[in-house]
Amino acid sequence: MESLRDKCAIVGIGFTRFSSNSGVSVMNLALEACKKAIEDAGLTNRDVDAVLTYNMSDSVPATEVATGLGLSELNYHLDQWAGGNASSGIVITAAMAVATGMCKYAVCFRAMNGRSGFRMGGGGRGITEARGEDQFLAPYGWTSWAHSFAMFFRRHMHKYGTKAEQLGHIAVACRKHACLNERAMQRKPLTLEEYMQEPMRVDPFRKYDICLETDGACAVVVTTAERARDLRHRPVYIMGAGYGGGPLPNSYGLCTSAWLNWPDHTESYAKYIAPQLWGMAGVSPEDIDVAEVYDCFTGEVLIQLEDLGFCKKGEGGAFVEGGRIELGGELPVNTHGGHLSEAYIHGLNHVVEAVSQLRGDAGPRQVKDAELALTTGFGYTVGSAMILRR
Amino acid sequence: MCKPRKPLPVPDLDTQEYWEGCKRHELLLQRCKQCGRYRFPPSPMCHRCMSMSYEWTKVSGRGKLYSWIVVEYPTHDAFRGDAPYAVAMVEPVEEPGVRLPGGLVDYQGVELRIDMPVEVVFDDVSEGITLPRWRPVGCRGEE
Repeated sequence: MESLRDKCAIVGIGFTRFSSNSGVSVMNLALEACKKAIEDAGLTNRDVDAVLTYNMSDSVPATEVATGLGLSELNYHLDQWAGGNASSGIVITAAMAVATGMCKYAVCFRAMNGRSGFRMGGGGRGITEARGEDQFLAPYGWTSWAHSFAMFFRRHMHKYGTKAEQLGHIAVACRKHACLNERAMQRKPLTLEEYMQEPMRVDPFRKYDICLETDGACAVVVTTAERARDLRHRPVYIMGAGYGGGPLPNSYGLCTSAWLNWPDHTESYAKYIAPQLWGMAGVSPEDIDVAEVYDCFTGEVLIQLEDLGFCKKGEGGAFVEGGRIELGGELPVNTHGGHLSEAYIHGLNHVVEAVSQLRGDAGPRQVKDAELALTTGFGYTVGSAMILRR
Repeated sequence: MCKPRKPLPVPDLDTQEYWEGCKRHELLLQRCKQCGRYRFPPSPMCHRCMSMSYEWTKVSGRGKLYSWIVVEYPTHDAFRGDAPYAVAMVEPVEEPGVRLPGGLVDYQGVELRIDMPVEVVFDDVSEGITLPRWRPVGCRGEE
């Protein structure tokens, strides 16, 4: 069996305005982002023949978007029930679909009214009946992803002595980058002192450790490397890919049982997919020019950087200090501002940014001569990542 | 507008024995009949050996603090009056690696630390529901 390496490319990107109240439907957002991505590729609705998306019951189905776009053919589609873990994964699935000839041009989107509509973080959701796995959490006021991930990250602080200031460096870097990004929702400069002065929201996480909530959508178009050569932009090739999780429990990751039973909460899915990711791409962490790392919370960036081998396990805190992850540093991370400062489009905005960087279109936040980019999608026990190259 | 109410567990076919035990102030965990391992949350199958044979077993209610959070800014309105409140993951002495979520009680003035001993206390929150919570042990000269 041939490897997926370099077989496919991202050829179009699209995004809507990012806001806290879009004033339009999720369908409107989805169609706008897809249309922009298709046009960015130099294609039309006569060309695209596949639609893929992921959602957590907060979005619109792929087939309805295909209909809304007026596609003349639909040769593949996917509605994946998934969170941010699928943000690179959905692109990988699209690549597999075009590489095997199932379809020719696939558009992947994520659309949500994540602030004015269904709020992922649980805000404003006053459930009174806790069903399923929620019955063991919500009655105690454990009602948010921030609660889970703060709980888990304390283990890293305990085991490795990771400090709040070190998380602060991640928040500050993201904000610095967002200040150079006109579409970022948060563009007010942030200092480490300001970060530390913020009271705890959910100890050990402060306000700036927690991602934004956003109304908006992103989309990307994927096709084969061969077709990509004839299109409008320089293709961004998918060089390495991984989508999976850890050893125990052998269940899909986005559930309480997987999280509660995870062997070691200082580690994530990234440790387990790293061999395949780097192996397929044939490159190493030191080759990466820019990393768009899923940042639902600051601590998760640190864990993934360790697990993917950018530094030794437990040394993530020191790694993110001293401007190393800022533009101009050794490894610029989240050059768009990430979920912490640009917008929360469930990781697909990270893929969009990586493509902009590799095209050399990132304007004032461009990483000079960026050739290789990393994107990740985090779900603690399960997640995805890609190595992209220009 | 009526006051927001705290969520209560809705026991289901997989979890009702757990909640029945709580009502009797007994902490019950499923124990696999094939490999003898405890598990949580309740599941029809042992995720280690795939056996579907198990028994609900009373455990001591003692454990170690695996991790905790202190919520200063609740996302559910019914908890606004409680903040700050602490929620923990506890490893029962019978089976480290199993983690039981639950609110922490009587922890004010106690310096919480990972691996500190805790014990279960039962809180009859409604006629039908009793919630297990966790209390630090031996911090105030109780033992």
